[in-house]
Amino acid sequence: MTNATARVSRHGSTIAKPSRDTRARERAVAWVRRAPLLPALIFLIIVTQLPFVGTLAISFMNWNSMSPDTTGFAGFENYVQVLTDPYFQQAIVTTIVMTVSVVLASLLLGLGLALLLDKKFIGRGLARTLLIAPFLVVPVAAALIWKHAILNPVYGLINGTLTWVWSLFGSDNPPQTDLLTSAPLLAIIISLVWQWTPFMMLILLAGLQSRPMDTVEAAQMDGATPWAIFHHLTLPHLRQYLELGGLLGAIYIVQNFDAVFTLTSGGLGTANLPYAIYETFYYANEYGLASAAGVVVVIGTIVVATFALRTVFSLFKKEAAR
Amino acid sequence: MSTLTPTEPRASVPGPVRTTGSRRRGKSRMDPTRNNTAAGIAAWLLALLFAVPVLWMILTSFHSETDAATNPPSVFAPLTLDAYQEFFGTTSGVSPWPSLINSATASIFSTILVLLLAIPAAYALSIRPVKKWTDVMFFFLSTKMMPVVAAVLPLYLVAKNIGALDNIWFLVLMYVSMNLPIAVWMMRSFLDEVPVEMLEAAQIDGAGLLLTLRKVVAPVAMPGIAATALICFIFSWNELLLARVLTGVVAGTAPVFLTGFVSGQGLFLAKVCAGAVVVSLPVLFAGFAAQDKLVQGLSLGAVK
Repeated sequence: MTNATARVSRHGSTIAKPSRDTRARERAVAWVRRAPLLPALIFLIIVTQLPFVGTLAISFMNWNSMSPDTTGFAGFENYVQVLTDPYFQQAIVTTIVMTVSVVLASLLLGLGLALLLDKKFIGRGLARTLLIAPFLVVPVAAALIWKHAILNPVYGLINGTLTWVWSLFGSDNPPQTDLLTSAPLLAIIISLVWQWTPFMMLILLAGLQSRPMDTVEAAQMDGATPWAIFHHLTLPHLRQYLELGGLLGAIYIVQNFDAVFTLTSGGLGTANLPYAIYETFYYANEYGLASAAGVVVVIGTIVVATFALRTVFSLFKKEAAR
Repeated sequence: MSTLTPTEPRASVPGPVRTTGSRRRGKSRMDPTRNNTAAGIAAWLLALLFAVPVLWMILTSFHSETDAATNPPSVFAPLTLDAYQEFFGTTSGVSPWPSLINSATASIFSTILVLLLAIPAAYALSIRPVKKWTDVMFFFLSTKMMPVVAAVLPLYLVAKNIGALDNIWFLVLMYVSMNLPIAVWMMRSFLDEVPVEMLEAAQIDGAGLLLTLRKVVAPVAMPGIAATALICFIFSWNELLLARVLTGVVAGTAPVFLTGFVSGQGLFLAKVCAGAVVVSLPVLFAGFAAQDKLVQGLSLGAVK
C-alpha cells in the first residue's frame, strides 16, 4: 500500500494543501475526488453483487417454478444434491478437465507461437493477423463452424481432407472420424484450444517484447546457447505472463457456455457447470438446485481468482512503481 | 537499442566463455539469420493451420449448398452469393436483420454507457486518485471474476417481475455491468500515461479542470478510449448466455439467432457459414483494428 500513498501525494493538490485546513474541508475535498468514481461503483454493486446475494438466498430454498406449492426453506439440501447427483458430479469433473486441458494446451501452443513471432521474418505482421483470427470469430459462430464445417462426419473438412489424401494414393477406403460422437469432450477441447491459443500468444508476445534485451545480448556475447538463454532469462521473465495468461484463461474458460451449448448441447458427458446450471433452471425449473450449483462455481472460481489476483497484483505493483 | 551486430561471427573469441547456463563455445551459437528463416517457415505453417477453419468458413460461404457438402471437399467449386441471399432471408423469409439490429443496439449503447461511467472512474483512480485506490481497482476486478452463470437466475427473475424480459434495454444494462470493470482497468492504465509533469505544469499555469482535461488528458487518452470502446463492443456483440436467457422473440441478438442453426441445419452448411461470416464481420474488423489493445482489454490492463 506504500505505492498508493506515494501516488496520492505524487499527483494533485495534497502537496499544495495548507496545513490549517479544517477537517470539514478535507472531507469535502475527499468527496470531490470520490465523486467521479461513485456512479460506476454504485452501479456495479447493484447489478453484480445483489444478484449474487439473490443466488445465495435461493440456493437454500426448495424452489421449482413448476410446483410453487412446495417452495420453502431447504437448508443445505441443494448443496448435498449438487455434490452427490451424478449429473452434477460429471459436470464438475468435465469443467475441471476442460479448463485444465484447454489452458495448458493453449498456453504451450501460445508460448511456441509467441517465441516464433518474436523473431523477425518475412510477413510477420500478416502471420500474426492470421493467428489472431480464431479469437475474433464470434464464439457461437466458431462453434457452429467446428460442428458443421470441420467435424461433420459426412462432409466436414477433416474427413474430406482424409478422403482427398487417400485418393491421391488411389485408395477408396480413407479412414473417417466422428469426433463429435466418439470423443465429444475432446472435440470441444480442440475447438477451445484453437480459439484460446491466440489469446495466450498475444499475452506472451507482449511479455517477450517487454524483455530487457541488454541481458540477452550480454548472454549471447558470453556464448550462452539459445536454450540457456530461454531457460535462464526468457522463462523467468515470462513466468508472470504465463501465470496471468493461465489464470485469466482459466477464469474465462470455466465460464464457457457457447461451445458446450453449440457443439454437443451438453450431451455425452460434456455438460460443464455453466451448461448444467443453465439446463437446471431454464429447462428443469429447479431454481434452488441451480443456485446451489452456481454458488459452487463461485467458490471454485474464488480459489482460482485468489491466485489470479496475486499475479495481477504483482504486475500491477510493478507498473505502478514505474 | 542494440550496439551489436548479431550476424558477426564470434567463434574466434578465445578462452573459456562465461555463460549463464551451460558452458558451450562459439561453434554452437545460433546464427540469427538462418534461425529466423526456420522460425518464419514454422510460424507461417502454424498460422495457416490456425487460419484454416476461418478461411474454410469464408470459402464455404461462397459455395452452393451442393458444393459445400461434398467429401472430398470441392475447393475450386464456382463461387456464388446464394448462401448469403439465403441467410438474409430473401428465399426463406426469416430475416436476420432484427437480431443484427438488436446486437448493434445492445453493443453500441452499452459501450457508450460504459465509457460514461468508466472514464470519470478511471480519472478518480489515476489522475487524482482517491485513497485506497488499489482496493477499489481490485473490487472492480473481482466482479469480473464472478461467473455470469452464478447471477443469471436472479437477473432472470427480476427481469420477469418488472416486465423487462425480452427487452433489449435490460440487456444493455447487463452488458454495461459486464464490461465496466474491464473498461475501468483499461482506462486507468491509459490515463496513467498522462505525464504527471504536464498535469502539474497545467495546474501551476492556473488551468481549470475542464481545460486540463481537454488540453492535457484528452490527447493522451483518446486512443485508449477508442480501444476500450472497441473491446466493450466486441464483448457485447459476442455474448450468448445472458442474451439467451434474458431475450427471446423480440430482443434476440445475433448470437441467439445463430443458435437457431445449432441443430438440424446439417443440409445448409453454406448458409451456416454465411451466417457465421456476417455475424463475425464486425468483430473481425474491430479486432484487427485493435490487435494490440485486445490483450490489454482481456488481461484487464495488466499487460501492456
